[in-house]
Amino acid sequence: MDFVSILSIFVLACFVGYYVVWSVTPALHTPLMAVTNAISSVIIVGALIAAAASSGATGSGVAKWLGLGAVVLASINIFGGFAVTQRMLAMYRKKEKRS
Amino acid sequence: MIAPVPPAPLAPAVEAVAANPWVSLAYLVAGVCFILALRGLSSPTTSQRGNRFGMIGMAIAVVTTLVTHVPMRSEAWPPGNPHDPLIDWTAAFEILAAIGLGAAIGIVTARRIAMTAMPQLVAAFHSLVGLAAVAVACAAFLNPVAFDIADMVVPMIGQPFASIHVVSRVEMALGVAIGAITFSGSVIAFLKLNGNMGGKPILLPGRHALNAGLLGAIVILVAMFTRDQAPWIFWTITLLSFVIGFLLIVPIGGADMPVVVSMLNSYSGWAAAAMGFTLHNTAMIVTGALVGSSGAILSYIMCRAMNRSFVSVIAGGFGASDAGGGAAAATDRPWKRGSAEDAAFLMSQAEQVVIVPGYGMAVAQAQHVLREMGDLLKKEGVRVKYAIHPVAGRMPGHMNVLLAEANVPYDEVFELEDINAEFAQTDVAFVIGANDVTNPAAKTDKSSPIYGMPVLDVEKAKTVLFIKRSMGGVGYAGVDNELFYRDNTMMLLADAKKMVEEIVKALG
Repeated sequence: MDFVSILSIFVLACFVGYYVVWSVTPALHTPLMAVTNAISSVIIVGALIAAAASSGATGSGVAKWLGLGAVVLASINIFGGFAVTQRMLAMYRKKEKRS
Repeated sequence: MIAPVPPAPLAPAVEAVAANPWVSLAYLVAGVCFILALRGLSSPTTSQRGNRFGMIGMAIAVVTTLVTHVPMRSEAWPPGNPHDPLIDWTAAFEILAAIGLGAAIGIVTARRIAMTAMPQLVAAFHSLVGLAAVAVACAAFLNPVAFDIADMVVPMIGQPFASIHVVSRVEMALGVAIGAITFSGSVIAFLKLNGNMGGKPILLPGRHALNAGLLGAIVILVAMFTRDQAPWIFWTITLLSFVIGFLLIVPIGGADMPVVVSMLNSYSGWAAAAMGFTLHNTAMIVTGALVGSSGAILSYIMCRAMNRSFVSVIAGGFGASDAGGGAAAATDRPWKRGSAEDAAFLMSQAEQVVIVPGYGMAVAQAQHVLREMGDLLKKEGVRVKYAIHPVAGRMPGHMNVLLAEANVPYDEVFELEDINAEFAQTDVAFVIGANDVTNPAAKTDKSSPIYGMPVLDVEKAKTVLFIKRSMGGVGYAGVDNELFYRDNTMMLLADAKKMVEEIVKALG
């Protein structure tokens, strides 16, 4: 992909983000932060590539360990972020209808 | 000087990524799942389904990467064996172990954390995203061939080396800078929220000039990096960014934390987006844009709720100076003190009670007993509602989560603009742990530092019950609250939790 098509995806995604986030109810702003934190750990993709890269080149050994470290950090975020969001969302309940 | 990097054999998997449209498609689907995850948060009823979409999206992204980037050995075993699949099982095991380790830490933390500690948990998680971004950017710099962002150059003299594409250099430098700022900034925010560091702003002399200088230096270094991929430039950018993240957050005080936490949320998104540009990965770019705009919008909402500009919050120092001589003299004014029994009687006779929680409720962990009080009042036939100011607490939506934890139904909880008109028809406004957000001076006193900030009109209620530990302290803004001395205000001086417990006893 060339730079301009990547930029187009980015710019359009910013607009999508703008409208989607404004529609989030203020009561759920804390879960919003927790879940955005979890999904921003998609950076694990880069960490996995670094960790799986074939060794041999200068610096690739260090790069591999940096990648593995980043995999651990991002996994903490992914699992922790989604789990804590799930825990919070399960607490929100409506008033029980009384007859 | 350019560091010579000997040519590395291109892993076959790297070429497969560029060629296979299904891989790009999988990342696109992951990105769409993330959009749906945020979309689900528009209402509590759809939110859990949204969260599942988020998990599915992440699973797609991770599995796709694992499958397309299987670690390979360069030599077959035994040597010359054409049937060896060349898979490096040790490396594959290490990767899975790393995921497992992170998963275990993450899940245990998420299960154990108290809901009142959510702001510091979120800050800690942001710091991890920042550090991961730094690590990935460094790895990409050290081994650009693996990321498919470099061309092998064979110069006339010396070793052949991998020249990183100019666009990738900018993206990589931005990624490492934003990641480092996110990391060190979040660490400071965590220490402040967790109480390891005082909430008071720490003001260094000449900090604006220092920050501007550092920022300028980073911009110049990034420009230099596009011309010369020297390691020292890259590492200096990284180091300076760590320093500036630290310097940016240190002068910001405790109650401005909602803005800081949202801002760091935004940064972690931009860091992910920058790395997405480097890797040409749709899922990362879409996510980065979503998270980046989400944090930016939350920061904007928080600033608007305090009637402050983003710049003034970032500049920091709010609440550090004294509010002048007025505050000290004001404490001599007459005020009324009430007891738990008085409060219980007043509320049980009321038709409608509006509870206004603030950070003090979180500190005292009073949300559960508060809900008990609400239940008892409802049994007496009182209408009970909760009014939440957008900046109550230490992060956006902090109060809502605590009330939800205490089993308060979310349709009894109202935002500022939805409930403000109701205070005039309210018998008792019950303020617990909030201060500045109820100060009528914000509407009338032009000299007040909080003038113009939207506040809850609690003084319009027939009676205001105000729980406060003592008359001495002032709110975060360092201003005295006009509300304490009004005829219709009754001060309940005690720890928030103890006072509510006594009210519950008196009601029961």
